[in-house]
Amino acid sequence: MRMYTEERAPSKRNFVKDVLALTSNHAVAYAVRSLDVDVIASYPITPQTTIVEKLAEFVANGELDAEFVNVESEHSALSVVLGASATGARTFTATSSQGFLLMHEVLHNVSGLRLPVVMAVPSRAVSAPISIHGDYSDLMTGKDVGWIVFICASAQEVYDTVLQLYAVAEDERVCLPAIVAYDGFLMSHTMERVEVYRDDLILEFAPKRVKRLLDPANPVTLGELALPEHYYRYKYSQLSALDGSREVIRSVFKSFYSYFGIEYDFVERFKTEDADFIIVVYGGASWGNAVEAVNITREKGLKTGALRIRVLRPFPIKEVVDTLKNVKGFSVVDRAISFGASTPGPVYADVVVSLAEYGLSIPSVCVIAGIGQKVMYVSDFVRVLEELVKGKEGVILL
Amino acid sequence: MIKNIKDLPREELFAPGHTMCSGCGPAIAVRWITKFIGNNAIVVNATGCVEVTTTIYPRTAWEHPYIHSLFGNTAAVAGGVERAISVLSRKGKWDSGDTKVVVIAGDGGTYDIGLQALSGTLERGHRVLYILYDNEAYMNTGIQRSSSTPLYAWTTTTPVGEKVRGKQERKKDIIGIVLSHGIPYVASASVSHIVDLGNKIEKALSYLKEGPTFIRIFAPCVPGWRYPENKTVEVARLAVETGYFPLFEWEKERFRLNPPSNGLVDEQRRVPIVEFLKLQERFSHLSEEQICAIQDEVNRMWEKIKEHLK
Repeated sequence: MRMYTEERAPSKRNFVKDVLALTSNHAVAYAVRSLDVDVIASYPITPQTTIVEKLAEFVANGELDAEFVNVESEHSALSVVLGASATGARTFTATSSQGFLLMHEVLHNVSGLRLPVVMAVPSRAVSAPISIHGDYSDLMTGKDVGWIVFICASAQEVYDTVLQLYAVAEDERVCLPAIVAYDGFLMSHTMERVEVYRDDLILEFAPKRVKRLLDPANPVTLGELALPEHYYRYKYSQLSALDGSREVIRSVFKSFYSYFGIEYDFVERFKTEDADFIIVVYGGASWGNAVEAVNITREKGLKTGALRIRVLRPFPIKEVVDTLKNVKGFSVVDRAISFGASTPGPVYADVVVSLAEYGLSIPSVCVIAGIGQKVMYVSDFVRVLEELVKGKEGVILL
Repeated sequence: MIKNIKDLPREELFAPGHTMCSGCGPAIAVRWITKFIGNNAIVVNATGCVEVTTTIYPRTAWEHPYIHSLFGNTAAVAGGVERAISVLSRKGKWDSGDTKVVVIAGDGGTYDIGLQALSGTLERGHRVLYILYDNEAYMNTGIQRSSSTPLYAWTTTTPVGEKVRGKQERKKDIIGIVLSHGIPYVASASVSHIVDLGNKIEKALSYLKEGPTFIRIFAPCVPGWRYPENKTVEVARLAVETGYFPLFEWEKERFRLNPPSNGLVDEQRRVPIVEFLKLQERFSHLSEEQICAIQDEVNRMWEKIKEHLK
């Protein structure tokens, strides 16, 4: 797995078109432009807005030949791309926070109809009280609705992930919608160095394969009523499609490496091989802190490591278990709260259940941090690792 | 132009075997809609009676490409279909030519939960024909009040009790709302006047070059309005003849009454509203004063129509 400090593998082809300073939001827009997306629909919401502002600019300047539909709500944004995708168009939308919540019934509908819509979600806190700042409270309400969900940690990864998601979603073995999520503000509005690739190679890597379901030459009925003897079959086949997408995702990672020289995986690891204590995170800010905290605690002689969940759905059970099975303790840093659940950390719950499936019970700490973008200090992450070493278990609210 | 019933299209594009009620007004509407829109059309249907009775897996009554998504987003889905056809045509990837996009939605999905999406789609100018079949309540869920339900009507959520007797609010003016978007063609039609309906659909399709078009079809509901199942067309015809439901069209913002409504401007020519009300049990609790109040409502609407005719 690539570290953010590492170089690309040498490639036979000159695939880099340009090197730009981009926010993660603009990285999404550049990827969408090169993917020749046909229909974009969106409604403004912070911190998503600069994605579609950039795309509107590309369309207005003739750099992208797409229908850009300025809708009257996020509910309609996802509905417009739903209709367009069913008609065979490659589609894109983006949202955050309340917009993602307003889309909720359409999220289920798009995955139930098996449409390969791709959406960006720079993640944000939800109201009340109103907060425009980042955390993952929005995304976590929609993680279990049949979409593939990736969470990124750098602008380059965001750019690369958009390319990968179209290749995965439109694969005929998958036919599922996909989300690329990342830190609202901390990534959506901060610039990083991004290498953007040649359009011809991007379209070769992710060729347009959206099925035309609504076709006058071959009329079919979509969105039909299913009674009890049939309904569950649709849902079970959706379940197996999402489970089965792991293999397709893996093959897309391989293909991505051969085209663009970066080796991606479902998770990213830092000094985990010999680690006794591991901090598990997702998103950019948490990952940066976790890596720093490992470096600091290693200097103090502690055998620590960090693990980042990159693919949230389908959850990388095997990769997580392989990384954690021999540790003496781990913690998961969640930037969202599951109120009243068995544990307040939504991803912590996933990790604990994954280990339990392999019969493993390891001392662990559920950490809640960065809620509504409350500042996350490296020193807090260091403290979490030190508490783990002392044998702490339970919940830490940072 | 369809002159009489001999000109009506013969080909059936709405298959039998669906589970709509005997005498269902919307079923009559859909049968004729599918004939008039021709083969090269995509149907986008809102959640409702028509959807649940025609698409029960593994059967379908639809010979058109058909999509049902949700209750409140039908106009937006249709807008997406239309934009996809447009961009794919431009890129040489649509080989079906000038495919029409036609929405079929009930009053709940239009007046209420779908109103915002409808407004957005009309405002943005999507070239979509939006057909509202109006049966004046949420019939699919078992006859609940919508904002299209008329004054004093019984529904299960506006019951006839000791203190409150039926719906206390007027029917929403959906045509006025739609017209305010400045779209090229808006019309009202009825399942009792099929030739008129056919000509309106033809005209609405021809105006899609210029923008969205909208047709409201009066579609009586046997269980919801509580009349015998062989009286659907009679109830619909009486709605027209009493002036309760005038047939008209707004073509490029010019108003025209269609036969027989164009002969009903004079109040004396209109059948008294009680003839329409008395066929339906949903109005069986009405007092003399309430019937007069409904008659006054109808007369006031015709005063407005006279303004449009000037």
